[in-house]
Amino acid sequence: MAELEAPAAPSAPSDGSTAISGRLPDFVARPPTGPYRRLNPTTKLVIAFAEALVAFGVRGWTGPLVVLGVILAGAVTARIGRALLPYLLATIPLVASILLINTFLYPGATDRIVTVGPLAPTWTGLVAATQATLRVVAFAMSVALLGLTTQPDHLIADLERRGAGRRVMFVVGATLRMIPRMIERAGEITEAQRARALDTEGRVWRRARGVVPLAGPLVFGALTDVEELTMALEARGFTAPTRRTVLRVFPDSGWERGARWALFLGSIVVLILSIAGRLEFLP
Amino acid sequence: MTIAFEGVRYGYAGARQPALDGIDLVLHSGSVLGVVGANESGKSTLCLVAAGLAPATIAGRLDGTVTIDGLSTAGARPYELAQRCGVLFQNPVTQLSGTASTVWEEVAFAPRNLGLALDDVVDRVELALADLGIGGLAARDPQRLSGGQAQLVALAGVIALRPPYLVLDEPTSQLDPRGTNLVSDILAGLVEATGAGILIVEHKTDLLARMANRIAVLETGRVVAEGPGKEVLADPRLEDWGISPPSGIRIARAAAAAGVSVPEVAA
Repeated sequence: MAELEAPAAPSAPSDGSTAISGRLPDFVARPPTGPYRRLNPTTKLVIAFAEALVAFGVRGWTGPLVVLGVILAGAVTARIGRALLPYLLATIPLVASILLINTFLYPGATDRIVTVGPLAPTWTGLVAATQATLRVVAFAMSVALLGLTTQPDHLIADLERRGAGRRVMFVVGATLRMIPRMIERAGEITEAQRARALDTEGRVWRRARGVVPLAGPLVFGALTDVEELTMALEARGFTAPTRRTVLRVFPDSGWERGARWALFLGSIVVLILSIAGRLEFLP
Repeated sequence: MTIAFEGVRYGYAGARQPALDGIDLVLHSGSVLGVVGANESGKSTLCLVAAGLAPATIAGRLDGTVTIDGLSTAGARPYELAQRCGVLFQNPVTQLSGTASTVWEEVAFAPRNLGLALDDVVDRVELALADLGIGGLAARDPQRLSGGQAQLVALAGVIALRPPYLVLDEPTSQLDPRGTNLVSDILAGLVEATGAGILIVEHKTDLLARMANRIAVLETGRVVAEGPGKEVLADPRLEDWGISPPSGIRIARAAAAAGVSVPEVAA
């Protein structure tokens, strides 16, 4: 039996190249291309984190508008403007509820825009609703920018190389890849239930009734899978006390590392200043 | 160099009857031990116990000893056993890690877990894919394979570990005849080239007739017959135990019943 040793984590090249074994097939290496995509995956994660922090942490218009501007610049650089649209549309239900509730039911606001019977939208409510909407949109776009420019396994590989726990990274990776599989399985179970004359279409209440026999097999099937997967992982040496072999090492130049730390610490400082009321001068 | 079962009794937590009861078996390096039996006879449990996964990952009680080259599975950690005994489960889909984007990375999962040098990982993956004739699947998403393809990928993932013993629970259950023959040839080649010992659970007795040196028959957790493959497969009690004999033997018996003389084809 080979003795297990813990090799040192490979260091990232600082010349901007992606350090991968020349023997890795292209479809495994998949080096990212384009100015924004080529950033280190962890840098893009920190950018998304800082964007979310500033969008929600800095009160008023400044926080969300600055973040949206940064995201727009990133999206243009990465050439993913149109790809952001579905993410924008996905925020509509939440945004609509924020707008309606704040505009019509803002507590204590008396500056009515108009009065129509019992409805009395207020300017204060409308401003608060718009700001909240911008924050939600900024957050969604920051996640979308990260997701559209970073392959999940690249991010996981980079975090793992930095020493993130193998188990945590596995859970993150497996969860990301399990979602489409669960959707597929739900479809298969629905088809099977339909074949046995269960009505899963038509009016809302009929569809709701159809969810019950779907949920059981889906949940219990997933739990059974987890048990078998656990055994399979053990059988494949997952709990070995060694550092996993790294397939790809992404570029991480000195200036990028510095900028990442500056961004991370800067966004926290901005948040603290905002909470302490030192940024009240901002619009 | 063996996997040895001595007086093995295994009961799952909460179960009244043991799944295995008084098992004494030996798998030698460089040989193939076939295991047959009806459903619920304890075949899959035997695989889990042989690989040390039961009771390590499934609640249950193990009496007796299972040793892999002298190392008791009871005291060993699963990752230590993984390097000595590779195991392939019945359902290949749950054997896949669920984290790999490509088949290539899926096969590399276990060697990477052991922290092997990258060149060694690449060698093992390329060889395992080539051996099983699935190099063409290397770039595919492992979640989008047919059952047979997933089974071959799962097997490649086990072979890439290069353990001295393999425990295979119905490795051809989702394969067509061509795929079954391919796996049979690969395993036979592996035994010859590396001296690996293989414990294989199969319902396809034709496959076992071709590759198993010895065969054990399980019934309700007990070994009711064990011996050289040809002898066990020719045992007239086989069908009583819920096992269909190889086609050669069935044809010979049908011919004999009809009074037709045929040459020896069972072998």
